[in-house]
Amino acid sequence: MAEEFQVIIGLEVHCQLNTKSKLFCGCSADFRADAPNTHVCPVCLGLPGALPVLNKKAVEYALKVAKALNCTIPEEGEFCRKNYFYPDLVKAYQITMGDDPLAIGGYIEIEDDAGNPKVVNLTRIHVEEDPGRLVHMGNKERGYYTLVDYNRSGIPLIEMVTEPEMSSPKEARRLLNKLRATLEYLDVFDPEKEGSLRVDANISIKGHERVEIKNITSYKGVEKALTFEITRQKNLIRRGGRIVRETRHFQEGKGTTTSARSKETANDYRYFPEPDLPVIRVADWVKDIELPELPDARRDRFMSQYGIAVNHARTLTGDLKLAEFYETIAPVGAALAASWTADILMGELNYRDMHVSEVAGHADQFAELIGLVRDKKITDKAGVEVLRVWLDALHTEAKSEAPSAIVERLGLARESGESFRGIVEAILEKNPQAVADHKAGKKGALNFIVGQVMKETKGKSDPREIHAMISEILGE
Amino acid sequence: MITEEDVIQIAGLADLSVPQGELTAFTGSFNAILEYFDILDTLEIEGSLERKLFNVFREDEVTESLSQEDALKNSHNPEEGYIRAPKVV
Ligand SMILES: [Zn+2]
Repeated sequence: MAEEFQVIIGLEVHCQLNTKSKLFCGCSADFRADAPNTHVCPVCLGLPGALPVLNKKAVEYALKVAKALNCTIPEEGEFCRKNYFYPDLVKAYQITMGDDPLAIGGYIEIEDDAGNPKVVNLTRIHVEEDPGRLVHMGNKERGYYTLVDYNRSGIPLIEMVTEPEMSSPKEARRLLNKLRATLEYLDVFDPEKEGSLRVDANISIKGHERVEIKNITSYKGVEKALTFEITRQKNLIRRGGRIVRETRHFQEGKGTTTSARSKETANDYRYFPEPDLPVIRVADWVKDIELPELPDARRDRFMSQYGIAVNHARTLTGDLKLAEFYETIAPVGAALAASWTADILMGELNYRDMHVSEVAGHADQFAELIGLVRDKKITDKAGVEVLRVWLDALHTEAKSEAPSAIVERLGLARESGESFRGIVEAILEKNPQAVADHKAGKKGALNFIVGQVMKETKGKSDPREIHAMISEILGE
Repeated sequence: MITEEDVIQIAGLADLSVPQGELTAFTGSFNAILEYFDILDTLEIEGSLERKLFNVFREDEVTESLSQEDALKNSHNPEEGYIRAPKVV
């Protein structure tokens, strides 16, 4: 019975804000390329007597997010100490927000698995500091130890908590995509920096205990982690087992979750107000914050301005760089450019593990390629081949010859159907069965013939033209 | 009222163990400290405790960090710029 296993998912999403300096000190937040423990000072090392002072920009960025996500800003926000003992925390507490967060409520609109609009409510958004980074070292023979780098200690984070309102891993993935795009449009974070968006997920089967999955460092891993966890929980229930309320860690490489054996409960964190930081009263800042065009608004504009389909508009606006890329090439033909970008280019990029930012600087060349297809200088099939050669060059050398040069070099220019008449006739002759099937009214029998012709002519022939020629030869 | 179990749990959260012989003494000390708060609670406080200080910020400006050498001065036996800590997983 399917209803026995109703899945309930809530997410906690951590986003590193792209301020220049850390949350409570002036250490540079641009630490990724630098040696360990070179972006640290008495404040972010937690040395005695050092006092944190709040970065105004971080609060402004967080408020921008809160406004974009339709949250309410309480009159007063208060920082707290969350106490736990672990080497990634210099002070043995993390400065975060407790009962009085920056923002409460709010919502994100997504589509459910049936494609209908769905609203997922937010519980809260708060500001907190990132802990340091741990590297686990050693081996069985010589013992294990930990190396600690505090460059990340004190990087500003916002934590966005959703209500447990998603009912499948795909919904969770869509929520994250929407959230990621919104944060990118707001220009408050850099999606290309590793670990800039991190996710914890709460997941339960209705009527059973809730499990928290931590350590999902790539947001693409979320769907995988949730899918694994649902299967694990369902199987356990089917075998008559009991789900234990616990924290589990996602093992990215293996795609599995393992128990973290954490004994700490919420009370163990002993939250109390951070005495070193005065409260914040920023509710009246919100009215002065100007929001840019957000993904949904841009999707609607793409549909009205370019007359493209909703699925294309949604894909193209789901990533800021992709949306900007599309707008630069749309003049070549909005509908053709939309399908070549959303359907073909995206597929080829994913296949190569590339991001649109790697081709963004070469939009003129991509537009030229679409122009060649539009003007019937090359067939769709040859266009895809040119695209692949072009992308491979960009991937390995970060530059490429122009699509027209690729067409020339590989001899991919479309030739008129007439020059292939001999080939078509020969293939028809070799395949009497397909012809007979076709004459007997079997649908699709000619596709095999057309496919053979395409192969023989190395994609330089236009399938529609070949279809017409076959009909003519067969006297139809 | 703090019990011996509370002391064991709080010590555990800080990754400390309490020697059996000292448990009673620690429990007594905890309770003695908390008794001071009972004294504070007897104070008559004039007016409200409204916090007058709020919105203290710094601009988002980068200032100089410590050198790696200085940052590691309190660390025993650092390794390639990292601070060494015991195994935690
Ligand atoms: Zn610092």
